[in-house]
Amino acid sequence: MKKLIRYLGLLTSLCVLALVLSSCGTKKAASQSVLSRAEETNTIVWGVKADTKLFGLMDVKDSQIKGFDVDIAKALTKQILGSKGKASFIQVSSQTRIPLLKNGNIDAVVATMTITPDRQKVVDFSDHYFNAGQSLLVKKGSSVKSVKDLDKTGTRVLAVTGANSVANFQKVAPKARVLELQDYAQALQALKSGQGQALTTDNGILLGMAAENPGYQVVGSAFTKEPYGIAVNKGQKAFVNKINQALKKIRENGEYDRIVKKWFGNISGFDYKEAEK
Amino acid sequence: MISIITNHWQDLLYGLGQTLLCSILALFFSLIIGSFFAIFEVVPSKTLRIIARIYIEIFRNIPLLVITMFFYVVIPMFFVKVNGFTAGTIGLTIYTSAFIAETVRSGIQSVDPGQMEGSRANGMTFTQAMRYIVLPQAFRIVIPPLGNQFINLVKNSSVLAFVAGFDLMYQGNTIASTSFDTLNAYFVVGVLYLIITMPLSYYMRYLEKRLD
Amino acid sequence: MQNFIDAYSWVNARYLLEGLWITIEVSVISIILSYILGAILGLIRYIKLKYVSAIVGFVIDLIRNLPLLLIIFFTYFGLPNIGVRLNPIWSSILAMSIFESAMLAEIIRSGISAVDPGQMEGARANGLSYWQAMWHIVLPQAQKKMIPTIVSQFISLIKDTSLATIIVLPDLMYHAQIIYGQNSNYILPMFLALAVMYFVVCYLLSILSHYLERRLA
Repeated sequence: MKKLIRYLGLLTSLCVLALVLSSCGTKKAASQSVLSRAEETNTIVWGVKADTKLFGLMDVKDSQIKGFDVDIAKALTKQILGSKGKASFIQVSSQTRIPLLKNGNIDAVVATMTITPDRQKVVDFSDHYFNAGQSLLVKKGSSVKSVKDLDKTGTRVLAVTGANSVANFQKVAPKARVLELQDYAQALQALKSGQGQALTTDNGILLGMAAENPGYQVVGSAFTKEPYGIAVNKGQKAFVNKINQALKKIRENGEYDRIVKKWFGNISGFDYKEAEK
Repeated sequence: MISIITNHWQDLLYGLGQTLLCSILALFFSLIIGSFFAIFEVVPSKTLRIIARIYIEIFRNIPLLVITMFFYVVIPMFFVKVNGFTAGTIGLTIYTSAFIAETVRSGIQSVDPGQMEGSRANGMTFTQAMRYIVLPQAFRIVIPPLGNQFINLVKNSSVLAFVAGFDLMYQGNTIASTSFDTLNAYFVVGVLYLIITMPLSYYMRYLEKRLD
Repeated sequence: MQNFIDAYSWVNARYLLEGLWITIEVSVISIILSYILGAILGLIRYIKLKYVSAIVGFVIDLIRNLPLLLIIFFTYFGLPNIGVRLNPIWSSILAMSIFESAMLAEIIRSGISAVDPGQMEGARANGLSYWQAMWHIVLPQAQKKMIPTIVSQFISLIKDTSLATIIVLPDLMYHAQIIYGQNSNYILPMFLALAVMYFVVCYLLSILSHYLERRLA
């Protein structure tokens, strides 16, 4: 018995050692072809938001995530895998989406993700599928009219960890302090609780929030261009090409147009024609 | 890993400072509040005992995150503004005070009851006997468990990351998501936590052994 | 008042209960796994095997002294690098089990150490082998003393599952956040529900612990 325990103990320590060593080793996830795996299982695993009105929001009634990003992902799945292809959805936050993509938990990210040079160093993007621009959400009657009003010491502005709106904002208003919350639901709640003077992110997301919360409004024109792309892990060129072909297809056959209108057609103050370009 | 340290050492140091500051503040206040409730539990008044019991049971059985978020988003909607750091510190204080109350109470009860009786017989009031005779002895007994509570506080202070409290974990999240070097960022953060907690935990073990 | 009635509509209540179910599921599996693993590790530490106990002890100390959040990140973001790909539920279970088993190992080690060494000697003198004495004499006595500490560790585990919302574990905390995120009139009712639900689950466990203590005493 004592021998057995000794053996088990040794085994445990070896496992731990192996774990430590291999985590320093190469990343295997990147080498497998996502496309052939997807075709084999007839499923594409998409990372989507579940807390973002209009793009990806959890419907409490049936526990389904609904929104523009989700519909795009479903349409793309049909194009790539045929009409029987299954789209499966995993909820991500701005903080978790890149690590999950890199470690292979998800095949692609369709989660209000802007194509930026920094991100292009670690993941590959499809062509853009939506044009947003960063803007501000404030309480109605607030003295904040544009980004310039926030560039003062002592100002606090809310954003989300992992969103590039943080860096963008710090560039235009370096004196303000950015508070990063876990997701958009938390950031909006923090705005309502007066934790910051404004919430900054892309106008599409903000307009969705304003539509639900009449006491709040989007102010100032967009101060950045935020083209959204579908992110795929590095080394998956074939999959990116497939996605781009599928995007082109749904733009041509009118499905893309239909999805945009479905979600953004009734949003006042949002030029969906601009977003479609 | 080196690049994370060289690029972000200021953020990391600031985070470490906030983590320590928040833990020390929370330890100080929860020690005061916890001791009060511990005394409530041993006084001859039934009402106070019940009040203490309710306080301790409630806050021992609700997650720290719920308490902290409550102070961060609910209190400001109805009462006063509370920023992330304060909300986190209040949450930690309340949560930890319930545990400290239990620790101190068992410390008080482990002091020989004869001490209290003797002091009372010598003309001291209950408060005096408590203050000068029982509590000093009780605190000596509970120093190692209190040290462990402080280690828990340092670890639990990572809850500040949920409310933008600029602590070590928050900085870790920010660095991980801007550098995209997730594992190394968290590795560095982990080492920094260990620098605080490891020596403390070995010291407490040493103290415990010496007390035995 | 109307807010409260609306907030606890059937749809929302069901969604909260779904979250509670995930919390309980993750907690129960983690409790079982961490108890088994914790007991093994605690024994390894107690019996002082050459090198092994020292290494195990050091790893346990490392884990015990890290915030749980970091361990959650390592299991969710780190393990896939070695080919272990887990969803948020299993990542949380694994993280909780690793963290709590390290905590339990320490509790169990000191629990066994607290049993009078004379018990072991007496049992050995009466012809029992080391492991027989351990199993029949020492462990049951240690168990009795350890129950309150172990159960309060389990309660911590249940409470700590709420931290896994950071990797989007759809537990009670996350579901409540989704509901009040969509309508902030519901914020107070949701926090009340959170407090009550967590309290009831944890308190039931502590009542069970008191019952066990009395039975065994």
